[in-house]
Amino acid sequence: MTAMNAVLSVTDVNKTFGGLRALNNINLQIEEGKTHAIIGPNGAGKSTLLNVCVGRLKPDTGSVNLDGTVLTGKKPHEINQLGVVRVFQTPEIFADLTLDQNVMVAGMAKREGSFRFNPIRDLLSERELRQRVAAVLEELDLIGLKDTTAASASRGDKRRLELAMCLIQQPKLLLLDEPTAGMSRHDTNRTIDVLRQFKQRGLTKVIIEHDMHVVFSLADRITVLAQGAIICEGTPDEVRGDPRVQEAYLGGAHL
Amino acid sequence: MTEHSPRRDLILLVVFSLVVLTAPVWLQPFGAAYPDLMQKFAIFGILAVGYNLLFGLTGYLSFGHAAFLGVGSYAAVWSFKLFSMNVIPAMVFGTLVAGVFAVVIGHVCLRRSGIYFAILTLAFAQMLYNLAYSVLTPITNGETSLQLAQDDPRIADTLFGWEPSPQLPSPELFGLELTGISGFYFCAIVLILCFLFAMRIQRSGFGLKLRAIKSNQDRMGYTGFATRPYTLTAFVISGMYAGLAGCLLAVTDPLAGAERMQWTASGEIVLMTILGGVGTLLGPILGAVIIKYFENIFSAIGDATLHGVFAFLPDWLEAPVVGVIGLFVGEGWHLTLGVLFMLIVIFLPGGLMEGVRRVGRLFSRKASPRRARNEREAREVG
Repeated sequence: MTAMNAVLSVTDVNKTFGGLRALNNINLQIEEGKTHAIIGPNGAGKSTLLNVCVGRLKPDTGSVNLDGTVLTGKKPHEINQLGVVRVFQTPEIFADLTLDQNVMVAGMAKREGSFRFNPIRDLLSERELRQRVAAVLEELDLIGLKDTTAASASRGDKRRLELAMCLIQQPKLLLLDEPTAGMSRHDTNRTIDVLRQFKQRGLTKVIIEHDMHVVFSLADRITVLAQGAIICEGTPDEVRGDPRVQEAYLGGAHL
Repeated sequence: MTEHSPRRDLILLVVFSLVVLTAPVWLQPFGAAYPDLMQKFAIFGILAVGYNLLFGLTGYLSFGHAAFLGVGSYAAVWSFKLFSMNVIPAMVFGTLVAGVFAVVIGHVCLRRSGIYFAILTLAFAQMLYNLAYSVLTPITNGETSLQLAQDDPRIADTLFGWEPSPQLPSPELFGLELTGISGFYFCAIVLILCFLFAMRIQRSGFGLKLRAIKSNQDRMGYTGFATRPYTLTAFVISGMYAGLAGCLLAVTDPLAGAERMQWTASGEIVLMTILGGVGTLLGPILGAVIIKYFENIFSAIGDATLHGVFAFLPDWLEAPVVGVIGLFVGEGWHLTLGVLFMLIVIFLPGGLMEGVRRVGRLFSRKASPRRARNEREAREVG
């Protein structure tokens, strides 16, 4: 695969936990504007790979680059400031704050950088930020819940709240860890629609997903991981037809 | 606290100021309207407001805040001794010194959170407390406490033609002696300013980010914030509040001893905040007033007073009643406080402010929807 306009490139990444080889010489290029799905059986190293990308884990060897900037060794907040935003497997939100405030905090991170001390200016005077928050909540159909505490929102709403928090940050690259896990079919389809809209804006995405319905409705390219190594990469049609994938991931069953 | 309006905040501030400034009037029936005690209410109110910025807003339970109180007191007394009896330089100096201590201690302690953070702050405070009695005696004067002396240099005062007199000078504000009731009003005004600043912080983007850190610190990192500078800033601000309170203790009584740095004093600050309501604006002040009231008034009630109160009972009943109640007053005031604290933690985990809120809701349920909305908003202001 050519590295012509790769936004994210993972080069020779290895990671072991004790005796377990979680990532084995991973090389991966994520192209600009594309949706790249990473699939594989449980324990294949998908989440580990994502954790390496956002700085939660440090790889033993190898590096991760974003547009030529080395991400390896940077702190999570620095990686976020560079434009890599992550959606977690279980909703990670500010449970004590309202939906409105959740998105607002994310918006402030984008606007102000990693630290700013502004104890005097009242939040109510932040008209431009509030307008953007309202627009994003509107887009994700959460505006009616804006004054609800995030802890009391439903699982699907929490998920979309996370997407709203990502959206307001206008990321370069969005990393989604099982964005539809535990969702009803209805909520899943809703999420697929939202992610399609993201795609139309040219947002680059990496999706880890178990639900093949989601993968094949969204992905431009698919990488298959098994036991920490890439066993196959290609377009959805190529991957669907690859016998190694069917063997390793689907246990011989046909897609 | 989710929604507020500048108008409501202004009303809150005005009402709060009026209540504080009229304290000498409405504290009369409680037998607490003497300046010494009211000063304590105001000073420990400042301490609790500042502590709440760290514990209530940011979620870091510090168990060593009394250290900053002590540092502020020592620094203020040194300013009186070396520079001037004017309270303004003393307060500036004391607050800044406490701030420097907070930067150093916070830098180390904030590497951990939760119980480890609490233990680290406790260790620092106990270390300072013990150092004050040992290595640092040249600065702290050990067990005799740091006191003013006739032959202190007082550079600025001497420069402006201060005449030595046989009496020890007392702290003043450009000629106004801050003893008695004027001392109380001075502390009250500082408390109002501190309250205003705490309110600004809570309403600002900075305050929202502190609350987000309390809610989910990990997520703050992935949202793009370096959390340590935020927690450190909150720690330093709250340490400086404690330092300022320490200065005021020295202003009202220019004597600094290490006992105000002991861990029991740190624990008392935690109690005040929880009693009043963690994370609320008014709660910590309420908690501080109640604890200081118990400490000073309940502890002064003796059996004689009780016999006076229950004199209307027949003799055979009076003795046991006085005997039982006597356990809770005088020396036993801690027992009353302990019972009150347990009742609050069990039935009102949000502190006394939650009780106020519940009562407010009770009324609003009976009232019209418009009234209910007002009540809700009023609740969120507090």
